[in-house]
Amino acid sequence: MNLVLKIWRQENAEAKGKMVEYPMSNVEGDMSFLEMLDVLNEDLINKGEEPVAFDHDCREGICGTCSLMINGEPHGPDRLITTCQLHMRKFNDGDTIVIEPFRATAFPIIKDLVVDRDAFERIQQAGGYISVNTSGNTVDANAIPIEKDKADEAMDAATCIGCGACVAACKNASAMLFTSAKVSQFALLPQGRVEATDRVMNMVRQMDLEGFGNCTNTGACEVECPKGISLENIARMNREYMSAIVKG
Amino acid sequence: MGSLESKIPSGPLAEKWTKHKNEIDLVNPANKRNIDVIVVGTGLAGGAAAATLAELGYNVKTFCYQDSPRRAHSISAQGGINASKNYQGDGDSDYRLFYDTVKGGDYRSREANVYRLAEVSGNIIDQCVAQGVPFAREYGGLLDNRSFGGVLVSRTFYAKGQTGQQLLLGAYAAMNRQINRGKIKSYTRHEMLDLVLIDGKARGIIARDLVTGEIERHSGHAVVLATGGYGNVFFLSTNAMGSNVTAAWRAHRRGAYFANPCYTQIHPTCIPVSGDHQSKLTLMSESLRNDGRIWVPKRLEDAQAIREGKIRPTELSGDERDYFLERRYPAFGNLVPRDVASRAAKERCDAGFGVNKTGEAVYLDFAAAIQRYGEEKALTSGIKDPDKATITQLGEEVIEAKYGNLFQMYEKIIDENPYKTPMMIYPAVHYTMGGLWVDYNLQTTIEGCYCAGEANFSDHGANRLGASALMQGLADGYFVLPYTIGDYLSDDIRTGPISTDSPEFEATEKAVLERINKLMNSNGTRSVDYYHKKLGKIMWNKCGMSRNAEDLKSAIDEIAELRKDFWENVKIPGKEGQFNQELEKAGRVADFLELGELFAKDALERNESCGGHFREEYQTPEGEALRDDENFKYVAAWEFKGEPSEAVMHKEELVFENIELKTRSYK
Amino acid sequence: MGALIKSSILRKVVMALSGLFLVLFLALHVTINFTSVFSPDLFNELSHFMGYNPVVQFLMQPILILGVILHFVLGIVLEIQNSRARSVNYVKFKGGANSPWVSRNMIISGLVVLAFLGLHFYDFWIHEITFKYVESNPEDPTRYYEETVQKFIPMWRTVIYVIAFFLLGMHLWHGFSSSLQSMGWNNKYTASVKAFTKLYALIVPAGFIIIALYHHFNHLSQ
Repeated sequence: MNLVLKIWRQENAEAKGKMVEYPMSNVEGDMSFLEMLDVLNEDLINKGEEPVAFDHDCREGICGTCSLMINGEPHGPDRLITTCQLHMRKFNDGDTIVIEPFRATAFPIIKDLVVDRDAFERIQQAGGYISVNTSGNTVDANAIPIEKDKADEAMDAATCIGCGACVAACKNASAMLFTSAKVSQFALLPQGRVEATDRVMNMVRQMDLEGFGNCTNTGACEVECPKGISLENIARMNREYMSAIVKG
Repeated sequence: MGSLESKIPSGPLAEKWTKHKNEIDLVNPANKRNIDVIVVGTGLAGGAAAATLAELGYNVKTFCYQDSPRRAHSISAQGGINASKNYQGDGDSDYRLFYDTVKGGDYRSREANVYRLAEVSGNIIDQCVAQGVPFAREYGGLLDNRSFGGVLVSRTFYAKGQTGQQLLLGAYAAMNRQINRGKIKSYTRHEMLDLVLIDGKARGIIARDLVTGEIERHSGHAVVLATGGYGNVFFLSTNAMGSNVTAAWRAHRRGAYFANPCYTQIHPTCIPVSGDHQSKLTLMSESLRNDGRIWVPKRLEDAQAIREGKIRPTELSGDERDYFLERRYPAFGNLVPRDVASRAAKERCDAGFGVNKTGEAVYLDFAAAIQRYGEEKALTSGIKDPDKATITQLGEEVIEAKYGNLFQMYEKIIDENPYKTPMMIYPAVHYTMGGLWVDYNLQTTIEGCYCAGEANFSDHGANRLGASALMQGLADGYFVLPYTIGDYLSDDIRTGPISTDSPEFEATEKAVLERINKLMNSNGTRSVDYYHKKLGKIMWNKCGMSRNAEDLKSAIDEIAELRKDFWENVKIPGKEGQFNQELEKAGRVADFLELGELFAKDALERNESCGGHFREEYQTPEGEALRDDENFKYVAAWEFKGEPSEAVMHKEELVFENIELKTRSYK
Repeated sequence: MGALIKSSILRKVVMALSGLFLVLFLALHVTINFTSVFSPDLFNELSHFMGYNPVVQFLMQPILILGVILHFVLGIVLEIQNSRARSVNYVKFKGGANSPWVSRNMIISGLVVLAFLGLHFYDFWIHEITFKYVESNPEDPTRYYEETVQKFIPMWRTVIYVIAFFLLGMHLWHGFSSSLQSMGWNNKYTASVKAFTKLYALIVPAGFIIIALYHHFNHLSQ
């Protein structure tokens, strides 16, 4: 099939960017979206132009490195997958595809479609852990039975891959879904309850410092999340936060 | 330069590690504050080591090329992690785990290392649960286990099909705690480009900031490499796009011996290549072989018709199908180990029976399982005289409950419904058992340079068992390296900070800059990927699932030639002082082009078939692997001498005192 | 107040609480107003109570005004912060693919309702204050019905009322259930509660619209 790509090109963080059009021919349906960009880049290199920079690594939907706003949606039109799992058969001959970086003030652009998501790092460093030494001399793993439902719920929250699609999809560029998934995983487990108060206060404080927007419950994040992280996590984080404030 | 002294402690196998820990020199807490450790790579091994070292009090700097430590490729591991907890009461023990691992590795690993691995495996599970890793649980609230390829007990712990992700997030959380305390400084989007040696000891690295392109000097009293495997030397593999050998190879060039480079695991159940545009391969969990039957058409003309799309696989009757694993290995059938299953599939495809348009795929068919489960389910649900459609529907529901996410992933990629049409699979490069040679303390032949996880060679011999990679990464990182490194660092308590202004740093940085300049100024015409794909083709065709002397010799020549061409004709757009993904790739491919040659050389020297290394000349009349314990029961550790072709082999004889060497048979 | 400015979750909670308070107030308001459709006397009686009961006048009324001000000031502050959180906009943004229009445009429905509130205050509240406290007129428990009906005679005011309440409905459609989520209320009952909030968002504004239209046309037919 033949396509027209409109891609955001920006030399570096300070430079002014613009949309550039690239016609593509002979795109096969079996190609993944990133393989289609590989072909484009190979062409650009052969023509002596600079290839389009984009983030990617595992290409199997788990590392959370790939991003891309494709036709106005993070990770493209398909649901519950990342850009690297999106295949070109989802598009039609003659389509124009607009490709932009994930945009948020807290995600500054590094180059072209590559953004800096260190804000997520700092949120997790602020409290996304259980303070236990890695000596191995903790209690036996089976000493704390955990209700299967609770363990499964914690697992569902823990599947977040930290790609930033929630921020990209949110009209307010809010990071509540990401932060709440991390808070929830630990809040749901008895091991994590001990520090729950400090954790939620510290992580939310850091999230606010990073300049993400406020959550207005539009639900776009949940729909676009490649791992289907639920809005329930945001509600849980709100509860955790309020009870932390009450407890002081 | 170091020698091959494995430093295995004396005494009975089960007491070696305890004894060794008791005899290790310790560094007192006040002195640890004055010692810096560099950790390169932040997967399970690197992340766990960094967190533990920082907890112990050392100042740690971590480096990863990804934009976050948690994106290291350990995250992609699906199945699970082994531990000899014996929670199921099925007779598991440290010895049994040790035995299975040594046997699974085709008797090419070090006994003492493997036993230690089994010994600390239980602690890993305790540790991870304490950290909040949400392992799967039973209704009683206790941890669940599943069984995995080729073992007789149920010892695999798992978190859905995302065990690697959850374990890595656990290690990452432990790292974050130390980052927050200021004990770890994390450098993301940084790539190590060389190792700095001062007086023969590893004292720092030269790294490139991938965002600004700046070349940086970082010093430490010791350097830990936990940079993963080198499967990407094949271009197509299940590794991440960025996975590379550069850190290990640079250390090799500086004096670290590279052990058993030819030991590669080729995983049988991956989604086949669809065309020339293919950039990577996707693994489907080994667990599928529990219920899927593997086959190709019996007649060549049927295979051809299927390839041309003239007939559908479902149109062939049972008599027209060749269930080749069941035919060749009646005892184990579809559940033979990974290396055996992979070779058998390749043999059929080479003979012209492949079933996709490239001729490189076999079927993994769930129809029989769907029928069986459907009947079972109808019976237990009390449905009398169910019709065919009901049975199929019930059966599909059971299969969906077991493998739903894998089936969905397959459908997204191939665009075919695997419940109705058999899945197409083909083997793909998955894991490299070879790596930097390390002693019992995980120290390489360079003093002060340690190596952990997939990057080292130590625990899996010639073939790795399922769910053992996660175990090794975390064992090395949490429980082994942080203690054994103390033995070395205890001599450094009075050294003081290492200056980065020394002539050694100067010279190493200069070498790095020269290499980058050479790449940037080659003014060629071909992209990096062009060379990488070419290298991959040579490796796959001549150093892949089965190898022979003639092919290996020609591979050595072809790779050397390709390398020469690369340095003359590669083209890298953009500038060095900026974010430049082509330059990143170029450096990595340049190193693969050297490693590939050593790989072939190693495979050529090993005149036997063992585990993942199959030499066509060394097989039984039935086509099974023929091991030669008399002449090849050793680790081949290669010393760099300027060119891969000049490399010198050092042998570490493997001693088996606690296990009897047998031929693996699955007939 | 400092914490409120700094913490995004506290801002959400205050927004939700003031919103929920206004939701409750609307229920009371529409109930009282609806009596005007079938019983002018009952309407007069209730209005007089609300207008002269000291608890309502000096406790509830200030709280209500504070609630309204807090809700809209904070709403505007949030909007400004949110637009700052994405300083460069997308060339193509397909919000419709993942979220309802009303949820993404609360500021529009909110500002329309706010503008309407200006008119509403002018019409009734200023009038009441002037009547009671500036001109110090004596109490007249029968004047309310007639005054209300008078307001709906002009076509333009009726149209404005209808439009404003339509937008109020849109605001409630998202806002009511959203405030519960903000308060951390999301569990197995959420689906049914959400259905209730949507029903509420239909019925309450519809009630106001019916009242306005009834008086407008009822007067014309007399």
